[in-house]
Amino acid sequence: MSYKGNFKVWRGDDTSGGLEDFVVEVNEGEVVLDIIHRLQATQAPDLAVRWNCKAGKCGSCSAEINGMPRLLCMTRMSVFTEQETITVTPLRTFPVVRDLVTDVSYNYQKAREVPSFTPPENLGLGEYRMKQRDVERSQEFRKCIECFLCQNTCHVIRDHEENKESFSGPRFLMRIAELEMHPLDTEDRTRDAQDEHGLGYCNITKCCTEVCPEHIKITDNALIPMKERVADRKYDPIVWLGNQLFRRGSHNKH
Amino acid sequence: MKAGVGAPGRAQIPERTFRTDGWRVYPLTTGAILIFFILYATVRIFMNQWYWAPEEHYLTPLYSPCLSTSCVPGSSHFGQPMGEIPAFLPMAFITFVILAGFRGTCYYYRKAGYRSLFMAPAACAVPEPHKKYTGESKFPLVILNAHRYFFYGALVFACINIYDAVLSFHGKDGGIGMGVGTVIILINVAMLLAYTLSCHACRHIVGGRLKNFSKHPLRYRYWTFVSKLNVRHGQFAMISLVTVILTDAYIMAVAAGWITDLRIFN
Amino acid sequence: MVQVQVERFAYDVVVIGAGGAGLRAAIEARQQGKRTAIVTKSLFGKAHTVMAEGGCAASMGNVNAKDNWEVHFRDTMRGGKFLNNWRMAELHAKEAPDRVWELETYGALFDRTKDGRISQRNFGGHTYPRLAHVGDRTGLEMIRTMQQKIVSLQQEDFEEHGDYEAMLKVFPECTITELIKDGDRISGAFAYWRDSGKFLLFETPAIVLATGGIGKSFKVTSNSWEYTGDGHALALRAGATLINMEFVQFHPTGMVWPPSVKGILVTEGVRGDGGVLKNSTGERFMFGYIPDVFKGQYAETEKEADAWYKDQDNNRRTPDLLPRDEVARAINSEVKAGRGSPHGGVFLDIASRLPADEIRRRLPSMYHQFKELADVDITSQPMEVGPTCHYVMGGVEVDPDTASSVVPGLFAAGEVAGGMHGSNRLGGNSLSDLIVFGRRAGLGAVSYLDGLAERPTISESDVDDAANRAVAPFDWPTEGQAENPYTIHAELQQSMNDLVGIIRKEEEVQQALDKLVELKERARFVAVEGRREFNPGWHLSLDLRNMLLVSECVAKAALMRTESRGGHTRDDFPGMDAQWRNTLLVCSSDERGTHAEVAAKPQEPMREDLLELFELSELEKYYTDEELTQHSGRAGQ
Repeated sequence: MSYKGNFKVWRGDDTSGGLEDFVVEVNEGEVVLDIIHRLQATQAPDLAVRWNCKAGKCGSCSAEINGMPRLLCMTRMSVFTEQETITVTPLRTFPVVRDLVTDVSYNYQKAREVPSFTPPENLGLGEYRMKQRDVERSQEFRKCIECFLCQNTCHVIRDHEENKESFSGPRFLMRIAELEMHPLDTEDRTRDAQDEHGLGYCNITKCCTEVCPEHIKITDNALIPMKERVADRKYDPIVWLGNQLFRRGSHNKH
Repeated sequence: MKAGVGAPGRAQIPERTFRTDGWRVYPLTTGAILIFFILYATVRIFMNQWYWAPEEHYLTPLYSPCLSTSCVPGSSHFGQPMGEIPAFLPMAFITFVILAGFRGTCYYYRKAGYRSLFMAPAACAVPEPHKKYTGESKFPLVILNAHRYFFYGALVFACINIYDAVLSFHGKDGGIGMGVGTVIILINVAMLLAYTLSCHACRHIVGGRLKNFSKHPLRYRYWTFVSKLNVRHGQFAMISLVTVILTDAYIMAVAAGWITDLRIFN
Repeated sequence: MVQVQVERFAYDVVVIGAGGAGLRAAIEARQQGKRTAIVTKSLFGKAHTVMAEGGCAASMGNVNAKDNWEVHFRDTMRGGKFLNNWRMAELHAKEAPDRVWELETYGALFDRTKDGRISQRNFGGHTYPRLAHVGDRTGLEMIRTMQQKIVSLQQEDFEEHGDYEAMLKVFPECTITELIKDGDRISGAFAYWRDSGKFLLFETPAIVLATGGIGKSFKVTSNSWEYTGDGHALALRAGATLINMEFVQFHPTGMVWPPSVKGILVTEGVRGDGGVLKNSTGERFMFGYIPDVFKGQYAETEKEADAWYKDQDNNRRTPDLLPRDEVARAINSEVKAGRGSPHGGVFLDIASRLPADEIRRRLPSMYHQFKELADVDITSQPMEVGPTCHYVMGGVEVDPDTASSVVPGLFAAGEVAGGMHGSNRLGGNSLSDLIVFGRRAGLGAVSYLDGLAERPTISESDVDDAANRAVAPFDWPTEGQAENPYTIHAELQQSMNDLVGIIRKEEEVQQALDKLVELKERARFVAVEGRREFNPGWHLSLDLRNMLLVSECVAKAALMRTESRGGHTRDDFPGMDAQWRNTLLVCSSDERGTHAEVAAKPQEPMREDLLELFELSELEKYYTDEELTQHSGRAGQ
């Protein structure tokens, strides 16, 4: 039922730090966050960790467990063997604040750069009509809990600090897709997705999808459809010609 | 200044990765399969022979359609409009460009290739070795956006393959017949069709590009159908790769007379 | 003496809390042209509102056209056992539809009806399908929608001022420790950054409290760590009053296994969509627990209850959807009678009621929650559930129309405000409460500002004082034993859970009060190690003071109210007492928050036209005879 588990937890700040060893009690049914809390209560009262709901709904407790980006509260101890040493580190793509807490402000900055939902002007309160099948695609993306694990695992910025400026990351490229598929949105962000938000950097290696705790098919349902929409606009002479000839939609502006 | 996960401000951790799972398995196996296919296809298209089994009417998909006057008698199902092909070009070069182009620009193969052959990245949260990275935003990789054109091409070729499959029901006495080769060809065509139709570009074209599905009920149905297939696009990609190699190898062996096609009837 | 370095910020309105109410208040204040700050203990977009699953109640009448604000008002009053502030309930019922539709203009994507309107689902205590929802993640949708609306307002400000934060700035991971007054009016707030531990001072004439609830004072709770009653305690120390603190809602269905997730919510939507409660003998026991006041309104046979899901006009609803307090008590009784599930709960069964695909589609996050946390597949196995501390009906006593507390410049909205839900909140009324009264609090603050002749000022001694109190936990006591904040917190939770929990008795509540005296004394010696940078031990020490003060209000009010009503059940006074219906218990404290007091006060009688919305026979179950002499049913006799 209960055993002593071996942990290595990274402790430190932006200037220095390293892995610290802990031996701590583990009980049936617990998740990694329970163990971190037990460390706080018994061995390391100032061990910094960010968490809120402990139910996988808020996306606060993102960290890396045995090298994989995960939510601490959704990683059950039963997936590990009792002998295994479990390594917990902060997210390695963002600046560290202290211990397991990182500075995720990059994400909030990028969120601001996506042009917001632009409602139709002629509809008043209660006049919106949207079919379920038309909102379903965007609804999938709105399941996002903004844990930023996808941002953290994406090699475009994880391995290339300099790309942070020109790349918004899967979370916000998906946000663009969500708005582009919103049945009543009137803004056009397709070109911006490529030119301002770095969709072209994405090489669809699907790590964002792999780590998503909400199981959103980020790559297949958001990023690739956006790439196809960009191709329509920028790289497909036939579609371009068709739009020029038939002036379909508002595309002729571009 | 150290780059990547060692960049200033980030938690200073010397280890590249703490992953303890078998993250090397995918890039190694996928890489091996891809390299084998590339080698096989290269060797095979320069052979310029053993692509047509005249008695059984089997034409390998790697040489279909055979459009030049260099083609052996019977193998040109659509005539020979191309005349003579110069010796330095493989006679199946159009087929090769379309098929390799479709797979090379395919969203699944891009993942497979980047991970296994370019290690960009080899696995999630495992640092890649490259100093700089611009992905598909610049030439030459930006060309991958032409995937849809290869899709159109592949669709045409899929139809041709279906026609070839119909012709493979050719009996030794001239009527209808069927051999093991026919079965192999049929399976291959089914897999090729599944792979082609489940393509992301196809999904976009049939309906994905729409903002309002409810105004296009028929296209919504197509899109729903393709979306269902699309979930398995990666599987179809790998399975069809194997079936193409097997089909070609079988027909080559029959055409070369290394083996005799086992007839089911006639 | 600490070295006091304090960053200073001047705003027109400071909103404390970034949940639904806080964000809606901030949106309103900014739209009315006021410079607004949002201060939150967590990251932007992580507030407890994301945990709300079922939906947001608003009588739009999209699914059943018979629904209107009057029906919603009646349901709300009934749910609260007529102790609600009727004016708040009225405003809430009337304004909720507009507020929900407003969210659509911000970009929200609720589930739709066939004709493209917002779909509405059934929920406990609501006569008609009324809850706008998105699967079982409605709270997330609302928080994200308002978060994105704020971003959109910031983008407008960027266009105009070249600065995203010119008019509306979010201070994430920042905790307010004290409110500061100039005379009797609000003049500012003192805070620290959680990451650096550095201090900030907000100079502001208007503060909106939107800090949520107090659940972290209880051991088994669906609430997150943030729910430490900060707003309740800040208000008390600033001289404001709390009402209804004895009413704590225990949600009937929390997870009971494994221990580490005990208390995590299982949405009422499970029952709304067909899930039923069963005991260990397989009996649907809720049919035996329909209380007298609800007799006739609920199905009495399983057949009728099952038919209701399909045809609501000709059948009465299943008693599985009785108001939460009734269901929680029923589960409690079943477990006590030995008919519980293996881990001390009862069974909630949806697996045998809906096809697996349908369950996954309608309740995706429940499916994942059980799959990933408990290794239970709810499409084939029943869930084990039991009551969990979920919501506090009590809160800051406010003016219904402006959300103003008795302290000028101090406003409150959402869970931290009291009155709206009476003695028991209906599911779905919380999310609508947030947006209705969030907006009203924003407007209230704006009109207060507009009527203000001059800005109040802050005295330096108040700032020094606040800073000293904030760093006190770093001073290790010179004599006696230093106390660990985690230990005191755990003891408080255990005591509140066991002694002031779902069923209360005089001796036990008294015991809890004695324990509180002890804990308060020990809390003075709390000491923490380490530095001020992101130090959770320090953070907890500061929150602990709030929890102790608020727990005292809860316990004292619980002791005083000698009846059972809604979220307050006294084993020694099991019946409802009409005399108590009209009585509010008001909690106040001294400036330092060392001692809380509770006093009774009568509630304002309901406006006549609202009273007329009820049948006399129903009112007679709750009201005293004298109170009903004006009702037309009586006058005619």
